[in-house]
Amino acid sequence: MADHDNCVREVRREGNDIVVSLAGEIDLHKAPEVHRALVGACEGKPRNLVVNLEQVTYMDSSGIGTLVEVFRRVNAYEGKLGLSGVGPRVRSLFEITKLDKFFNIYPSEAEALRA
Amino acid sequence: MTNVAVDVPNNAVIAVRDLVMSFAGPDGRLVHVLDGVSFEVYAGETLVIMGGSGCGKSTLLNCLIGELRPTDGHIYYRIKGMNQPVDLRAMNEKGLNELRKRFGILFQSGALFNSMTVAENIALPLQEHSYVDSSIIDIVVTLKLQQVHMLEHRDKMPAQLSGGQKKRAGLARATALDPEILYYDEPSAGLDPVTSAAIDQLMMDLSKKLQVTSVVVTHEMDSAFRIADRMVMLDRGKVLKIGRREEFESLRDTSPERLANDDERLIHQFLCGDPEGPLTKADGTSEYEKLIIAGE
Repeated sequence: MADHDNCVREVRREGNDIVVSLAGEIDLHKAPEVHRALVGACEGKPRNLVVNLEQVTYMDSSGIGTLVEVFRRVNAYEGKLGLSGVGPRVRSLFEITKLDKFFNIYPSEAEALRA
Repeated sequence: MTNVAVDVPNNAVIAVRDLVMSFAGPDGRLVHVLDGVSFEVYAGETLVIMGGSGCGKSTLLNCLIGELRPTDGHIYYRIKGMNQPVDLRAMNEKGLNELRKRFGILFQSGALFNSMTVAENIALPLQEHSYVDSSIIDIVVTLKLQQVHMLEHRDKMPAQLSGGQKKRAGLARATALDPEILYYDEPSAGLDPVTSAAIDQLMMDLSKKLQVTSVVVTHEMDSAFRIADRMVMLDRGKVLKIGRREEFESLRDTSPERLANDDERLIHQFLCGDPEGPLTKADGTSEYEKLIIAGE
């Protein structure tokens, strides 16, 4: 069944920006932990909040819902939410839900930070 | 859950082995509604289970989802995150409940709760099985409604929906927990041909885009041929044929005189909906003979 290891691997400050690196399977069990980490990262209102998904192997709708909720928060203070390292499986989820139109998806963390 | 070492093909998500389901008949004798049924369901495919009324397909579905405990045989599930296949028949209620979270079921009627709005119906499994924030559940509900083209019906009560809309809403609820397997019980029942085709298209879209394994119980042949990758034909509790859709199309399109045996003629009759043939002979004549001649 679900692996309950920590899936928030790193929260790192880069000047005015914050990078949150996630890993593993983000499902119903892991979504609350991811939500807490991302909401915490939003508190200082970073100019850019970059979520690195390079090591994410699976994401379900609750994971996508978590990113949408954080996207709304970041938009509310006029910051930017960028996603990097989005693998084909997660990317297809964004396409199915038509969220790829709303999210800024970058090929790498460095490019997301430059945005 | 109970782990078992069994011969289940690596790409099979479900393996049914020698399944028997018996009930006591009115005269006390055992009636085998399912009698030695075996087949596999492979990852990502759509398998259609079909057969005439009373062939055992609904009983089979109820066994697959753990609503009925089979008399004999095994139903193995190989689910993501499990090292070994698990035998549904050997599971306790707790194990069954864990397994049921991995599959969604679209019931014939949609099975929506009439006292809840469409959105509340879809949110229910998420509220029951997770600790995610209500604001996130609300977003997931929106994502699911968008997938079934029902966003504008979010706040309606089930009584305000048409038959097709109820099916769509039921499908959104069935996919709320991102299941690996979707079971459909007569998805076209009671729908006009256009709505039925639209539901079929939606099922195919979800199956391909979400890479879900689908098992569909139906006797609607137009729908079955639209959606199936493979098909299982049941007759009187036994598997008459398992094969790719194209094999069944070939049987349907061949004239009965050119078919090899009675089994093939029976399948042809069922697929074409002919009133005359071995199927009706088997169901009608023998029973009638028993009643009239033997007085049983």
